[in-house]
Order: sequence, then C-alpha cells, then structure tokens
Amino acid sequence: MSATNAPTEAPRWVTHALVPLINLSLALIISGLLILALGEDPFEAISILAYGAFGYPEAIGYTLYYTTNFIFTGLAVAIAFHCFLFNIGGEGQAYLGGLGAGVVGLAIGHWPAPITLILGILAAAVFGGAWAFIPAYLQAKRGSHIVITTIMFNFIAAALMTYLMVEIFIEPGQQSAESRDFEAGAIMPFVHDILAQLGIDAGHSYLNLSFVLALICCVLFWFFVWRTRWGYEIRSVGQNESAAVYGGIMPSRAIIIAMCISGGLAGLVGVNEIMGVHHRLLLEFTAGYGFVGIAVALMGRNHPFGIFLAALLFGALYQGGQELAFDMPNINRDMVVVIQGLVILFSGALEHMFRGRIEALFIRRAKTAPSAAAAAE
Amino acid sequence: MAASDAGRGASPPSGVVPPALEVIGVEKWFGSVHANSNINIRVAPGTIHGIIGENGAGKSTLMSVVYGYYRADSGKIQVNGETVQIKGPEHAIASGIGMVHQHFMLVDTFTVLENIVLGVENGRLLAPNLAAARSELERLERDYNLEVDPDAIVGELPVGVQQRVEILKALYRGADILILDEPTGVLTPQEVGHLFRILAALRKQGKTIILITHKLREIMALTDEVTVMRSGKVVAQVYTSETTREDLAAMMVGRTVLLRVEKSAPNPGEVLLDVEDLSVKDNAGIVRVKNISLQVRAHEILGIAGVAGNGQSELMEALAGILPRQSGHIRIKGEEITGGTARGARNVRAAGVGHVPEDRQHMGLITSFEACESGILGYHRDEKYNGRVLMNHAAIVADVGRQMAEYDVRPPLPRLRTGAFSGGNQQKIVLSREMNRDPDVLLVGQPTRGVDIGAIEFIHRRLVDMRDAGKAVLLVSVELDEILSLSDRIVVMFDGEIVGEVTQDEATEQMLGLMMAGERQTPQESTK
Repeated sequence: MSATNAPTEAPRWVTHALVPLINLSLALIISGLLILALGEDPFEAISILAYGAFGYPEAIGYTLYYTTNFIFTGLAVAIAFHCFLFNIGGEGQAYLGGLGAGVVGLAIGHWPAPITLILGILAAAVFGGAWAFIPAYLQAKRGSHIVITTIMFNFIAAALMTYLMVEIFIEPGQQSAESRDFEAGAIMPFVHDILAQLGIDAGHSYLNLSFVLALICCVLFWFFVWRTRWGYEIRSVGQNESAAVYGGIMPSRAIIIAMCISGGLAGLVGVNEIMGVHHRLLLEFTAGYGFVGIAVALMGRNHPFGIFLAALLFGALYQGGQELAFDMPNINRDMVVVIQGLVILFSGALEHMFRGRIEALFIRRAKTAPSAAAAAE
Repeated sequence: MAASDAGRGASPPSGVVPPALEVIGVEKWFGSVHANSNINIRVAPGTIHGIIGENGAGKSTLMSVVYGYYRADSGKIQVNGETVQIKGPEHAIASGIGMVHQHFMLVDTFTVLENIVLGVENGRLLAPNLAAARSELERLERDYNLEVDPDAIVGELPVGVQQRVEILKALYRGADILILDEPTGVLTPQEVGHLFRILAALRKQGKTIILITHKLREIMALTDEVTVMRSGKVVAQVYTSETTREDLAAMMVGRTVLLRVEKSAPNPGEVLLDVEDLSVKDNAGIVRVKNISLQVRAHEILGIAGVAGNGQSELMEALAGILPRQSGHIRIKGEEITGGTARGARNVRAAGVGHVPEDRQHMGLITSFEACESGILGYHRDEKYNGRVLMNHAAIVADVGRQMAEYDVRPPLPRLRTGAFSGGNQQKIVLSREMNRDPDVLLVGQPTRGVDIGAIEFIHRRLVDMRDAGKAVLLVSVELDEILSLSDRIVVMFDGEIVGEVTQDEATEQMLGLMMAGERQTPQESTK
C-alpha cells in the first residue's frame, strides 16, 4: 500500500472491530463490578448469560428471534441516518407495521399462505412507511424537526392502537384487548417446525421465517444504499446538502424516500411479532425494539453487516439476560436492563470517548511503516 | 537591519542578538504523511519574515506547531534564545507569540473592545476590565497607527478592519512575535496597502512578524527574509533583497514556472450566456445581485473581479440555477433557464453548462464519498452510469478513473475517499468532471483557491484551452493576478452591481483596485 493512500485514517479493522470490541468489553467489565457488588460471581454470570443465549437449540432460537427485531429496527435507524435524519419513531412505525400485518392476517388468513404472508409483509412495510411519511413530509416541506415529530408519533401510534384494539379489533366477549387468532394462511412458519420436518429437533422457540426476511433486508439494504441512484442521492443529502443541491438532487425528495424506507423496515417488526409469534393482533408487542434499534445502528456503524452483528449481540443480551435473571437470585430483570443500558451507553453515547485516542495510536504507529519502506527503496 | 549581522542560508552562524524565534529540527507526522521534516528556521528580531510554499508544503502545520495547536513529534522551539515548551495557544501567548488567523476568530455580535478582552478578563466584573482595556487599546492604536472604533460591533466592520481587531487582540495579549496566516486573501488592494503600512510600523516598533503566504508579490514587497518550504522541508532561507519572484517560484515548485498565461488574441463569437437585468437574493433574503446584465461569447473568458462578498458568489449560484432569481433573465444559447435550487441546477447542466463552484468542499464535492462517487455528482443520472435498478459501478469507477488520469489527479485512485486528496487534486476532480462533458458554457469560481502553483498552471491552461475551443468561460476570482492574466474582458462587481468593464489590454491593477473599492468607472474610461 502506498503511503499516500490513507494519510490520516486508522486501519479499517481498528475503526470497525477493535474500537467496538473495547467499548463492549468496558461495558461488560462495569457490569461485572455491579454484579460483584450484588454478591454474585461475575464470571459465573457471564457464563450463564452466554449459555442462556447460545447454549442449547431453544436458546439460539430465541436469541435469533430477538435478533430479527433488532435487525429491522437497526436498519431502519441506519437508512434514515444515511440521510442525516435521526428517526426516533421506530417504535411507532413498528406498531403500525404490526397493524398492517394484523389487518391482512385477519382479513385473508384463509387464503394460501404464500400470498397472505407476502401481502402481510407488504402491508407491514406500507403501514410503517406511511407512519414515517408524515414526519418526513413535515421535515422536508415545513422544517419541523424529525426528532420531535417522530417521538410524538410514537405516542400517537400507541394511542391509536389502543383505540383500534379496544373499539374495533377486540375479540367479542373477551376481557383483554386482543383480536381473534389468525387462520393458518397468515402464520409465518416457525423455524423449529421446518427443522422438525427435516428430522432436526430444535426445541420450541419464537424464531420464525421473518429471520430470513431480515437477512434478505440486510443484503438489499447494502445494494440500495451503495449501488442505486436513490441510495446515492440519500447519502449525498445526508453528507453535504448544498453539494447535493448543486448536483441537482432534491433534498426534500431524498428525505421522504429515506424516511419511508426507514418506517417500512421498522414496520417489518410487526411481521415477526404478529404473523410470526402471536398470530393475532394485540397491544404493546413492540416492547422497546424501536429504541434499541438506535443503539444497534450506532454500534453497527450504519452498515448492514455491523447491524447484523450488533443485533445478534443485543439478541443475546435479551435472551441470555432472561436466563440470568432466572438463575441468579440477586439479579432481577431490572439488573439485566442495567447491563443492556451499559452496553448502549458505551457503544452508543460514549462512542467517541476512546475512538479518537485509539485511532490516533494506530495512525502514529503507521508512520514508522512508510519511512521503513522508503529506506528500503 | 538586525538580520544583517546574522549569517545566511539554512544554518547561519549565531549572531550577537539571539533570534526572536528559532525552530530547531521540528518533525511532525500526520499518519503516514511527513508534514514537517527537520525544519530549521531562524527569525531575526525586528524583521518581517516570509514563509512561502505551495499548499501542503507544511507552512500552516509548522505555524500550528509554533502556536501550540499541534505538538511536534520532535525538535524544539526557542524564543529569544530560550527553549520554550508550547503545549497550547496559551503557552504561545505567554511566550509572546500572537497569531492572526486566516479565518478571524472574532465574535461578530460583540464590540471591538469586548472581543479584545475576551479570554483575558480579570476578576468577575467586566466593567473595570473594559475601562482598563480601553485605555490600553487607545495606547496601542496610537503607537501602531491602527485606528479602530472600540465600540463598533465587529460583525458590522469591513474585513480589513476586522483584521486590525485581530492584530490588536494579539498585541493586547503582549505579542512580540506576530504570525499572520495568509492575511491578504480577503482584502482589496487598498486594504492590503494599509495592512502593509501597519506591519511596517510594527516592525519599526521592534515587533517581529512572520508572514505566511503563497503570494510572491507580497513577499517581495514586504519581507526582509524569506523561508521557502516544499513538501514538508525548508528548501531555502534567503534575504528578500537577494532573490527574485522567478527564483522563489522555482524553489517553491522545484522547477521553473510560467507565471503568465500564454494565449492568442481574442476572437469573440456568438453570445452563449446572456444575463439581463438579473437580481438575486441570498438565503437570508438580502438582495446580493442588483440588476446585472452581462454577456459571455464563444471564444471568450469574462472575468468578474471584486472583493469577496460583493455578490459574485450569488451571481454564480444564480447562473448555475441553484439560487432562484428575483427578477431578470438568464439565457443559455438563447434558451431561457427556469427553476431554482436542485431542479434549476439540473436544467442548467442539461443546457450544456459546466459549473466549478467556488467552494469545492462545501459544494463541489462530497468529501466523505469515494472519488468515483464525487466524480459523478450532478451526472449520476446519466444513462452510462445506470442499469435498470442498480448503478453501473464498474463503469463509474472506470470513467472517473479515466477522467482523473487525464487531469493528472494524484494519486489516481477512484476508490480513495475524496477528502484524502490534497486541495489541488480535489479541484482537479471537480474540473475534470465539469469539463469532460464538453460544456458550451463554463462557470468557474475561484478555480485556484488553495491550489498549489503547479496545479494552478495546469488549471489556467485548461481554461484557456476551453476558450480556444470556442466555449464561453465566466471566471469569478478574488485573485487579481488570475483575472488579469486569463480574462479577455473584465467586469468589476461592488455591492451587487457592476461598477465597470474593461478589456484585458486596458486593465491595470490600480484601475481595478479602485473599482473594487466601489469607485465607478467614469464615462470617458468606458469601453463602450
């Protein structure tokens, strides 16, 4: 490599692997100290957590089920961020996405499964995207700040869903605000059922084919962002709006496209939850996935591969954490939330605490290489 | 002169008086770039010392080391013969070093007095401070002939006066050594004259001045000694009286440089760009361009001279379709251009106009993009770059790579991040993109700002080639030399209006300078 190639940049593996790993380790060390303070052995805790996340087929299944949600919301935050928009509304968009999937499930559950499922996926994306369109439009045309509007839209989504569930979708004669169960056509097959047909026993978990959809979305995301004109325009607007205008790119259009895709991706959480797991429409199935998506996107550096890894990490924390709370008497669910919070804090909010210094270290180290090379010439 | 008893060359024997500032063996790396390599400079007290070099030669890095923004990897700095540890600007100030930045570090909404006191207030109450500062300021103004109204709001002052505030600020902090980084870039020739008189007065009072510049003329006019830097090294330290512009230029570049641009006699053809009665407001709603009419013909370079901020930028952006016009007409080859902002930019491009914007980092490029992505900005919808859904990435890389090779962009790597290229090479990426489409009209803003001499020569040659190929070129530049040597006709803008028009043969620097300061051309002088 020529010396002029990367004058002021650290090697990619430092930026993309070493720094996140150090941040993660710090979060785990502090978590370990907390666990120690509670009178439990941190090493035992981490082995329980790891076992709970990956130790047996059902654990892996649940970990990947959570991962699926985090991939959707992580990608949703990332596409908006490529347009320099902070979409805090993943939660509401996921909620509306579930509504879309639910409406399809209730209406045409008796149709053949492939058609119903595909229509359900489309409906979830369209509902989520439409929910994001309104803040996007307000940002693009009226300058209303997207952070504020998307937060507000989370509350509106919650209120709207409560109304719809209580007044319209509730199964008659029932106390809880849940719809009737879907018919067979609207049920996303469980992975353990598919594996069982192949003769593999994977226990029982929530993992369903939405996971495959999430992986497909990762690949499509990469092509969309880096290999299409729309991705190019979205990134241009995100990186340098006046250069984008100079290049004939309309920022308002890019903002609306990016946000609609973002909302659509978040809406797919609804497919995983409603068609994949619950098989009926209900309340509060989003469970904060939309917010965790922000941390996932940050940690994954807005790249689908990084988002996949970060989503897997959070999936493991969710699933292993439950096992931990179950197994260790002094550690309850709230403690698990604290550990998740620490990971988010170090890999998200404190992202730049060490990054600069570590990268500078490698940049300084790199200086000896070219002079040695020059001496050799 | 104090310098005369010191020896000359890179390692003069020590004289009786220790140098005001001595840089000894300074090394600075940025990543793998050796920005400063074994720098040795001695600046004699009471002199004006020029530091000249191309962009990227390491001048600014060196001065940042001296002023404490960067720490040197090795080497030391001595002030009046004593080694000083400069770990930050506050140490530099304590050692008597002051700096006037290229971009002023002033609070626009504060008064002159408040700006000068800022950061060196004593105690909790501001009022007694301001009173003490006022009398000190009056003394400084008297001593150095730096008249400024202490109660004026800084943002309302002309740039030349703002610069005086910066100088006063440094003096107020007790600076004996004053570093000026490219101080004349934003000034009219008259303001430059005033600045030079101030600097001469400071030298008379025993202050030591270090002038960083890439303008040979200023070095010759003002300095006692000059240090020439090239690619991170000091290549010469000479007495100004014993050198010439041509020698300095050759030392800067490492070869002989053509300072004038050779071009054939003008032969203007049909009108390609026709502007009629154009008025433009900027984004803040202020009218920046007032009823301007001008025409650019084929085989012609029209230069627009003026001090920065007199409406040239807005005129360019309006012509490029980006800023919506308030009134008037813009016609390209007779066709009216419609639309503003992004759509306007697209229409103008489609009409066969290339636009090299004034600020390449702000508008012309996206520094975080790969060069091949920046190299298609504005043309990313072209058929050859797009398949049905995906962009044709291989074609983009190949096409931009070819453009880069043709314009000698170094390194010629289309996958490298745009921001990793030097200023001159970034500019070549923009130029190659805009010229390669063979536009009929080329709008060029500050084509050589922050570009090294070697690249300037190349860029000027390309612009003249465009003109010779029968294109219309509109050139906006604050560099008078550039306007004078390239343009067939020159118009001068002041406060949004055209105050005069001359041909290249008639134009003199003095005449343009007066017009740039707002003096209207008298009817007898007019060419029409």
